[in-house]
Amino acid sequence: MTAAIRCTDLVKRYEGRPPVEAVRGLNLTVECGECFGLLGPNGAGKTTTIEILEGLSEPTAGDVEVLGMRWGRDDAAIKERIGISLQETRLSEKLQVDETLTLFRSFYRRGLEPDEVIRRVSLEEKATARVGKLSGGQRQRLAVACALVGDPDLLLLDEPTTGLDPQSRRQLWDLIRDLRAQGRTVLLTTHYMDEAERLCDRVAVVDHGKVIAQGTPRRLIAELGSEHVVEFTLEDPQRMAPLELADLPAVRSVRQDVDHFCLSVTELHVALPALLERLRQTGHRLAGLTTRHASLEDVFVTLTGRHLRDGEAQP
Amino acid sequence: MNRELPSAKVTKRYSPLGQLILARLREFYREPEAIFWVYGFPLLMVVALGIAFRNKPVEQMVVDVQQDAAAEAQVRFVWEALSKDETFKVQINDPALCQRRLRTGKTALIVVPPSASGGAYAYIFDPTREEGRLAQSKVDDALQRAAGRVDPLPVRTQAVQEPGGRYIDFLVPGLLGMSLMGGGLWGVGFVIVDMRIRKMLKRFLATPMRKSDFLLGILFSRLLFMVPEIFVLLGFAWLAFGVVVQGSLLALVILILLGAATFAGIGLLVASRAKTLEAVSGLMNLVMLPMWVLSGIFFSSERFPVAMQPFIQALPLTPLNDALRAVMLEGTSLPQLWPQMAILAGWATGSFVFALRWFRWN
Repeated sequence: MTAAIRCTDLVKRYEGRPPVEAVRGLNLTVECGECFGLLGPNGAGKTTTIEILEGLSEPTAGDVEVLGMRWGRDDAAIKERIGISLQETRLSEKLQVDETLTLFRSFYRRGLEPDEVIRRVSLEEKATARVGKLSGGQRQRLAVACALVGDPDLLLLDEPTTGLDPQSRRQLWDLIRDLRAQGRTVLLTTHYMDEAERLCDRVAVVDHGKVIAQGTPRRLIAELGSEHVVEFTLEDPQRMAPLELADLPAVRSVRQDVDHFCLSVTELHVALPALLERLRQTGHRLAGLTTRHASLEDVFVTLTGRHLRDGEAQP
Repeated sequence: MNRELPSAKVTKRYSPLGQLILARLREFYREPEAIFWVYGFPLLMVVALGIAFRNKPVEQMVVDVQQDAAAEAQVRFVWEALSKDETFKVQINDPALCQRRLRTGKTALIVVPPSASGGAYAYIFDPTREEGRLAQSKVDDALQRAAGRVDPLPVRTQAVQEPGGRYIDFLVPGLLGMSLMGGGLWGVGFVIVDMRIRKMLKRFLATPMRKSDFLLGILFSRLLFMVPEIFVLLGFAWLAFGVVVQGSLLALVILILLGAATFAGIGLLVASRAKTLEAVSGLMNLVMLPMWVLSGIFFSSERFPVAMQPFIQALPLTPLNDALRAVMLEGTSLPQLWPQMAILAGWATGSFVFALRWFRWN
């Protein structure tokens, strides 16, 4: 079976002074039926990549294949089979939800009935409400509904949950899980770690226009070599500096942020008693201590030395 | 691929063009402000201008007679001679006041009676002002006749005030042309740029929607909005001012459609690249301003120098206004208007062709 998306050595350069290379040699393969996440900070090239995949932007170089077809040759056929949502589309506020979907439905040769799509995104109560009256979460679900109305095999969703409240985000996650369960392929971009971890079968971490890591969230985290993270703060932060912890058993790395320590740990049951013992010996008193599983955030920090939310800020 | 999608099959036929037109109509009629600007504004214009230029009862001329204690009889003679005629509105004032009133334009003419019987009557007026010259001539006639002049030639005058020859008759076709221009440019240009800003064009581009359906949808919906617009304007002009169409209604309809298509094309051209509403508004005003002034909306374009005429005649609104007037006022038939229609068709075709070549979807 062909991959849903395959792109090879993708490059996008925006002419200007100076020219900006938004994507610099990006390779990506999305299999049919999976939910794939493009993860990265703002400005990493996620939107540029997805817009090239949507046929809205032409690559400067590289090869793109969507559902086994190519832009420039099979445009009409690709458009019939993909559904997209842009990062920011302001649908006509004066139209009703059902009217908007009927309009989008009319563009496709085959597809779902507007009522059916409204049911799937749980907007039944708002079916005859004007778009202008919808909440942010409802608008995003309508945007996904517009992507669904052509009954696509492949959904390309650019930051579907950005700016939504936690409850609306969860509703969208459920919706995307349903789509995947129906056998559709979903490619989404996000800069939320938890979203990628919970929702995506596989992710590609994108930074500076390149994929710097690719795989299942679990595997990427496992590749860190340390499954757990111990974070703690001390009562007397002045005395933190001379603290030596890297030699403790099962500790892979130590990072000191502004006010807390962060240990990457392979075996929690080995590292934790040793840490407490070391602190007791050196006379430090804990002000707080938490442990958690390593996350994609830790993967990103380890790979780039930056936090995802920092965007282009210095390490 | 294996999925449980019971309703994923070819079902109802949806017409994309029909849906696009329907969406535009809904957007439009749910926007009260837009309705005012498109329908209310031209109507207010007709009312305001109709009132301003209504056929006034013959205008009165204000004439001042200079007070002079030594020439009381002559002052009274002038006063009586002029008061008989309703054309004049006579005031007797002292010299200083007369001068001031002439300077400030409150009076058109000062009559200075001679202090001795048999002396000359003096007229003081500003010869550069039409009303001054007119008052001088009329007052002189009235005084000479009152003094006993007999006109040797019998004359008869007839005032013409038939519908068709009044200013309002001239104005209505001009306003019709103006509203076709404004409606076409705003109704098409503004809507497209707004959709580009909202990224709707980009969103549509990612669907299998045919671009020609989209553009035709904009054009047809514009033509539909225009129908009530024209009915309201012509209906009101007919009811309130008795403005009638002398020529064939079919000819008028064809001209209106041609004009609307032309300005829709120009609207499309103006909007083909603009990225902001400010940019498109500026461009549209730039396009419309010369035509507002030159193309004969409020007064005939022939008032401009001969050297400018080739340029003025080439603007799309000029032939449209000329043709609308010819049909409405003179009952001219369409074949006689082929030069005007050719210019319009040229603009319509050219603007559509270039607009499609330059149009940016994202």
